[in-house]
Amino acid sequence: MNEVATSAHFKENAHEALTDARLQGALGFSRNFVGRRAAAVARLPEFDALRDSARAIKDHTLAHLDLYLEAYERKVRESGGEVHYAQDAEEARQIVIDLCRSMGAMSVTKGKSMISEEIGLNHALEAAGIEAVETDLGEYIIQLRGETPSHIIAPAIHLTAKDVEQEFRKAHRDLPPDRSLAEPEQLLSEARQVLRAKFLAADVGITGANFLIAETGTSIIVTNEGNGDLTQILPQAHIVIASIEKVVPTLEDAAQLLRVLARSATGQDASVYTTLSTGPRRPHDPDGPRAYHVVLLDNGRSAMLGGEFEDMLRCIRCGACMNHCPVYQAVGGHAYGWVYPGPMGAVLTPSLIGVAEGGQLPNASTFCGRCEEVCPVRIPLPNMMRHWREREFERRLSPAPLRYGLGFWAFFASRPALYRLGADLAARAMRLAGRGKGRFSWLPFAGGWTRYRDLAAPEGATFQSQWRARSGAVR
Amino acid sequence: MNSREAIFASIRRSLAVHGDEAPRRFEVETRLKEAPPGVVPKRGQGDLPARLATFKAEAERAQASLAEIADWAGAPAEIARFLRENNCPATVRMGADPSLAAMPWSETTLEILHGPSDGRDVNAVSAAFAAIAETGTLALVSGADNPTTLNFLPDNHIVVLPRDAILGDYESVFAKLRGAYGKGGAPRTLNFITGPSRSADIEQTLLLGAHGPRRLHIVIVG
Amino acid sequence: MNATAASEGPTRTSQPRVGLFVTCLVDIIRPSVGFAAVKLLEDAGCKVIVPSQTCCGQPAYNSGDRATAKTLALQAIEAFEDCDYVVAPSGSCGGMLVKHYPDLFAGEPDLAERAERFAEKSHELVSFLVDVLGVQKVAARYDGTVAYHDSCAGLRELGVKTQPRRLLAGVEGLTLVELDQAETCCGFGGLFAAKYGELSNAIVARKADDIRGAKADTVLAGDLGCLLNMVGKLQREGSAVKARHVAEILAGMADGPAIGESQKGPRQ
Repeated sequence: MNEVATSAHFKENAHEALTDARLQGALGFSRNFVGRRAAAVARLPEFDALRDSARAIKDHTLAHLDLYLEAYERKVRESGGEVHYAQDAEEARQIVIDLCRSMGAMSVTKGKSMISEEIGLNHALEAAGIEAVETDLGEYIIQLRGETPSHIIAPAIHLTAKDVEQEFRKAHRDLPPDRSLAEPEQLLSEARQVLRAKFLAADVGITGANFLIAETGTSIIVTNEGNGDLTQILPQAHIVIASIEKVVPTLEDAAQLLRVLARSATGQDASVYTTLSTGPRRPHDPDGPRAYHVVLLDNGRSAMLGGEFEDMLRCIRCGACMNHCPVYQAVGGHAYGWVYPGPMGAVLTPSLIGVAEGGQLPNASTFCGRCEEVCPVRIPLPNMMRHWREREFERRLSPAPLRYGLGFWAFFASRPALYRLGADLAARAMRLAGRGKGRFSWLPFAGGWTRYRDLAAPEGATFQSQWRARSGAVR
Repeated sequence: MNSREAIFASIRRSLAVHGDEAPRRFEVETRLKEAPPGVVPKRGQGDLPARLATFKAEAERAQASLAEIADWAGAPAEIARFLRENNCPATVRMGADPSLAAMPWSETTLEILHGPSDGRDVNAVSAAFAAIAETGTLALVSGADNPTTLNFLPDNHIVVLPRDAILGDYESVFAKLRGAYGKGGAPRTLNFITGPSRSADIEQTLLLGAHGPRRLHIVIVG
Repeated sequence: MNATAASEGPTRTSQPRVGLFVTCLVDIIRPSVGFAAVKLLEDAGCKVIVPSQTCCGQPAYNSGDRATAKTLALQAIEAFEDCDYVVAPSGSCGGMLVKHYPDLFAGEPDLAERAERFAEKSHELVSFLVDVLGVQKVAARYDGTVAYHDSCAGLRELGVKTQPRRLLAGVEGLTLVELDQAETCCGFGGLFAAKYGELSNAIVARKADDIRGAKADTVLAGDLGCLLNMVGKLQREGSAVKARHVAEILAGMADGPAIGESQKGPRQ
């Protein structure tokens, strides 16, 4: 079982998002990413070559995934860590809970992890009586609100400073009620103070992994806040939860991917903290976790290998596709209804929760192609969304009006003579109907259009009919 | 079949392989052994003066502050100056790093504490393993010499960096790492640090000092 | 073929036979764009022919109906068999012919090869004029300040970016201003605009803001779909900004009513 999805109600979710003035105000912040990425790319002449390199590394690793996982696992064991395998979300949650219980853990701090969101780990920990505290500032804020992230790298991007202040006043009741929280600095400072205590008290720290390195058995996390580091070095145990496709062969390969990750994500040349963790603390180390566990999650990914959605497994979760997506920019992440929003979510969600549940998402795209244009590992996102539409169409899951409409249209479009005649009659009739204004402000069967926009009326006879008349007269 | 076996079976079914194919194994072993470098940006390349200049420019872009001093003996005075000018208490914590221990701390009025941090320290001093000109990044390795908690818990993190430890790129740091820990080996934690801690999670406004240090001061020696 | 080639010998090399793929929207809603395209092609020395045609199949393709898309693709490939080039006044339909026809028949060697050959001779109008025919300047005049919107498929699938700007720079009386977000989608997306009307509207509303902010009196694009969407929104909001296909300006055929403007007197 995964987190409950509302992806099937994308249209309704989008309507809610579009009519939420507060959200619409906050969404403006997400547009900053576009210029920042462009500036970072402009500073690095090798950027496109690095994208090719990143793509090749991912493809190579996926084609040898079984062997790299074996190598990775061996190295983790050699360095004193343990590797656990989970076929699905339920199994992953159980492994983490069992590990926490075996160590008598009552409190857990967490670095930002999309896999944790995918498996609904926080709820499971709470149900098992273990306090789970998100420590990434954005994740912490949405955890207080009982929400899911609306963006994979900026989870609280749908909120304003005012929203955060309200949440902090509600949650931090032991702080003076008359304190000022008007400035973002004050909000950050308060979160730092509250979470510092949580970091120092935690029994177990759970992080995700941006990459796993087969050569050394290392997990890598990338953060700007340093929360992922405090999460893993202070408690007695560090648990890494990651999906199987995160493995890469070598340190050099990770460096290639890191060079495109930060630039694509936030427009930084490098994130502030790139941390490579290998096993538990060494015998003479004065700090660091005494135990190191890695939970590797499949959850449908192994079945994507070798198929038409394999390219999606190259994704490094930078968020560039959503930052540049006109649909995401308009409605934000929650409208997508599950864990992964934007174009990458539109492709991945049906793979992970099924096309019947997630099929709306790949339909809600203009195919503008900007996601593919900026993707650091060159995932052909529009093509894969189209593949989902094909699956949907084959399984007769597309809405009936669309299917019948297409069938009706296809009947004419595959009969040129009939089509020309019909199109000409229709164009002439519509010209008469739209005469005077030259456009329609309402048309039957086109309400989706004319509710919001005028529609230009045809000029008169079709081009083909005029051309034939002319050619006939001349020749 | 346990979950591990089930996942490997599913991967191999999808890839249409059985896992014992010699050419596949050979390809993987070769790559792990040779670790080809890929595309390395020109930005960080050049001789030491060029790398130093790039490092300084990039570190400052990342909001780190910098000082250059001629020799190790001058480091305590520079650190004392930095703390004084930023109105910080005159106490610093550090690990057992021999190059830090050998400095003339007694020439300053700084109080020196040793060992990892428990979260009550305002200032810490570390010695860098290496630095990367390409992105103005420090590389620090865990251990008794430079405990990792010092990199994150104190408000002010001061890192002493020998000039000749400024390398061009990540790949050069990995080479140095393999020299120190052996091929395939690694310290428990390798921190690449580029500037002080920050967050932009509130309205995309960039604020320094999220959970880690509010200030990162780099003292380049040599 | 030989006989034809012999009888047309002198003109055959200097006058390429260009099949105009007029596109459904131009055919039905704005034939004047088709005639502008014909003029531009003829002025550049082409012999223009218009085979009987319907749709490139993109609506079916993008709706997941691959079978219908293939039927229509084959129909188009056959209709334009004897043309040296196929040219469409649209980056979107052009992209379908150039990029997606070969994809459609992947795995069917004979058809894939035909689709590949067809793709190689297919072009978007303005990039064809500049990149293939080497047109540097057109003889046209337009008194106004225009902004050019980069339609997505033309821009990203076919690399149409500098070509229209280069030719527009040579139009007398015309001032070209850049939109702040010229490369951002207008929200049309074919059936998307009707299926997700509210969402499409939200996207085009931002585009309309951008257009008004650029202080242009006319917005241009190489795709009629985007133009209908943008001007439909502008008109609904009461804006006086006009919209025209870039071919109308380049052909000097912008005397008639702009897109969605009232027409005087019956035609045809």
